[in-house]
Amino acid sequence: MDTLTGWGRLPEPGREVLDEDFETLTRGAVLSRGLGRSYGDSSLPAHASDRIANSRFANRILAFDPATGILRAEAGLTLVDLVRLMLPRGWFPPVVPGTKFVTLGGMVASDVHGKNHHREGCFGAHVRALRVRLADDRIVECSRESDADLFDGVIGGMGLLGHILEVEFTMHRVPSPWIWMERERVPDIQTFLGKIATAAPQWPMTMGWIDCVKRGRGMGRGLLMAGRWATVEEAPARYPGSPREMTMPVPLPNWALNRTTTGLFNAGIYWGHVRNRASGTMAPDRFFFPLDAILEWNRAYGPRGFTQYQCVVPRAAGPVAVREFMERLTALGAASPLCVIKDCGPEGRGVLSFPMEGTSIAVDMPVSADIQRVVDGLNEFIISVGGRVYLTKDRFTRAEHFRAMEPRLPMFQALRAKWDPAGRLRSAQSRRLFGDKA
Amino acid sequence: MKAVVFGGTAGIGRAVAQKLAARGDAVFLLGRDEASLTRSAADLTARHPQQAGVEWALCDMESPAGFAAALDAADAALAGVDAVIVTAAMFATQAELEADVELTRRLTTANFANTVTFCEHVRKRLLARGGGWLTVVSSVAGDRGRKPVAIYGASKAGLSTYLEALDHKFREAGLWVLCVKPGFVKTAMTANLKAPPFAGEPDAVARDIVSAMDAKRPLIYTPGIWRLVMLVIKHLPRFVMRKIGF
Repeated sequence: MDTLTGWGRLPEPGREVLDEDFETLTRGAVLSRGLGRSYGDSSLPAHASDRIANSRFANRILAFDPATGILRAEAGLTLVDLVRLMLPRGWFPPVVPGTKFVTLGGMVASDVHGKNHHREGCFGAHVRALRVRLADDRIVECSRESDADLFDGVIGGMGLLGHILEVEFTMHRVPSPWIWMERERVPDIQTFLGKIATAAPQWPMTMGWIDCVKRGRGMGRGLLMAGRWATVEEAPARYPGSPREMTMPVPLPNWALNRTTTGLFNAGIYWGHVRNRASGTMAPDRFFFPLDAILEWNRAYGPRGFTQYQCVVPRAAGPVAVREFMERLTALGAASPLCVIKDCGPEGRGVLSFPMEGTSIAVDMPVSADIQRVVDGLNEFIISVGGRVYLTKDRFTRAEHFRAMEPRLPMFQALRAKWDPAGRLRSAQSRRLFGDKA
Repeated sequence: MKAVVFGGTAGIGRAVAQKLAARGDAVFLLGRDEASLTRSAADLTARHPQQAGVEWALCDMESPAGFAAALDAADAALAGVDAVIVTAAMFATQAELEADVELTRRLTTANFANTVTFCEHVRKRLLARGGGWLTVVSSVAGDRGRKPVAIYGASKAGLSTYLEALDHKFREAGLWVLCVKPGFVKTAMTANLKAPPFAGEPDAVARDIVSAMDAKRPLIYTPGIWRLVMLVIKHLPRFVMRKIGF
C-alpha cells in the first residue's frame, strides 16, 4: 500500500502525482503539496483515493525585476533554489522559515514566519499576487485588490481554498551575503523574555533556544540569538561557502532519544558555548537553517515518528503565562531535545495565519502512547490563555480544542463555502480538525 | 557552446538546459507546448542574468515536417548552432502499449524513425560548418530485450545502434555524437513507476551529460552504476532472461 508522510514520519495511505505542468495536474485534485515538510497531516490525503498534486517539478521563475525586487514563480520553486540563485546577486526572500527545504506554495499555504516576524510579519505580508486553481477547476489571479477575500484566505489557508499555482512577492535587497550575529547565554525563562523583548526594537532578527528539560530555578535557561545582515565593511570578502551537509543514514532506534540523552543534549548545547556572549559574522545558512545541515534529521526519532507542538502565548497573558507553559510541559513529562522560542509581532492578514502578538514556543516530541495526553494538556492551557497552535506542525490537536482556540474558524469556513461550495478540497488535517468528510 | 535543447522544458532536458545556461552557453529551446516553452525561456533568463533572453521554437517529435524550420529558427537566433541535445521522446508502459496498437505505432515512430530523421537534419547542418555536438538521450532499455520494456526498449535499441554508427562514421569529420543511456531517472515520465535501486536525479544526470559532451565521449550510462548493471544483464543467458521479470 502506498503511503505519504509529513516531516513527522507518520504515514497516511495515499499517493501523489507529479508533473512539470502543475496547472493541468491540479485539475480534479483535492489537495496539493510540495516537499512534505509540514510536520503533521496538513499535506496528507483525507482519503486513500484522493488525488494529491505535487508541485515539486513546477519550479520555474517566470519574472524577476531587479529594479523593484518583484519575483514571480511557479509554486514548486524551493527556497534552496531561490537563495542559491539570488543571494549572490544581493537579494534574499523577505521572510524565511527554519528550513530551506520548502516550496513557495507551502510558504504561502502555511504563511510561514521567521526570525524577523516582529519586523516583517509573515511571508504572506510580502505576497503581491497569487494564481490559484479553485475547486471547480477555474483559475483566478487574486491579490489585495482583486478577490481579496480569497487572497487573504489562501495565505495561511493550508491549501484548502485552492491550489496555489504561482506566487508573486517582493524580494529584499541585502547589503552583503553574511549575517552579523550576537549570541548570549541566558540563565532562566524570565530573563529570557525580558532580553528578547529588549532585543526586538534593536535587531531585525531574534530567536532563542531554550532547555526545556531542566526544571526548577534554571528552567528555561537557553541561548538568545539576534542578527542583522552584515554591512559590506563587516562582511568577509568571500562568499559564504555551501554548508557541509550530512545525512542521517538510517532511522535511529526508538530509544535513542530519551529523557536522559535529551537532557544531556540540552546541557551540551547550553554549556557548549564557552563564553556567555559571542558575536561575529555568520553564514546565513547556519543562522537561518541550522538543522538543514543534517539532511533527514527526522530519522533521529526512529520509526515511531515525532511531532512538534508549536503554540503562541499572547502578549496579553504576560510572561507568567510562558513560565506556566514551561511548567506544564515539564509536569506532563514531555522531554524535548529542541525548544525554540520567538517573540511574534501583530497578526497578519491571513484568515487562518498562525502568529499573533506574543511568544511562540515550539517543542519537538517523539510520538509515544502518551502523546495525546500531552498535547491535550498543553492545548487546555493554551485555550485558557487565549493562544493557538500552528496547523503546519500539528497532528494531535482535537477538533473541539481547535474550535475553542480559533475564533476565526467560522470566517474561514465561510470562505470555503463560498469558493468551494461542493466541499471538494480537503486534507487529513481538515478531516480531523474542521470536520470534513472522510 | 551554442546549444539547442529539443525537449528542454521538462525532465532531463530542462536540467541540461539549466546546466548549460548556468555556465554561460547560449541556449535555444525546442518543444511542442508554447506555454511551457515561454515559461522555461523566462526561467532560464531570470535564473541566469548573463543569458540575454532565451528564445524558442515549436517542434514536435511526431511532426517531422517541422524539423527543418525549427532548426532554421535556432540557427538564426544563435547565429550558428554548434550543439544539439535531444531529450524529447515518448514513453508508455508495456501494458499501455500492448493494449493499444496505435500507441505502439506512434511511439516507435517518434522514438526511432522521427528521432533519426531529426538527427539527420542536425548531422547535415553541423557537418556543413565543420562539426559540433549531437547528443541524444536513448535508454538502458535498448541494451537487451526485456519483458517490461519490449516495445519502448526496441525503439531505443534502434536509436542506440544508429548513434553508434554515426559516431564511427563522422567522428573524424568533427561530429561528436553522444549516446546517453540513462537508467531509471526520477522525472515526471517515471513518476507513476516504482523507483528501483540506483534511481537517479535529473540534475546529476544533466551534469554527467554535459561533462561527457565536454570530453567528447561517444557513450555514457548515467547514473554511472547502470553501466555495471547493464553489463551483467547483457551477459545473462536467454533462459534466465525468460524466467525473470526484469
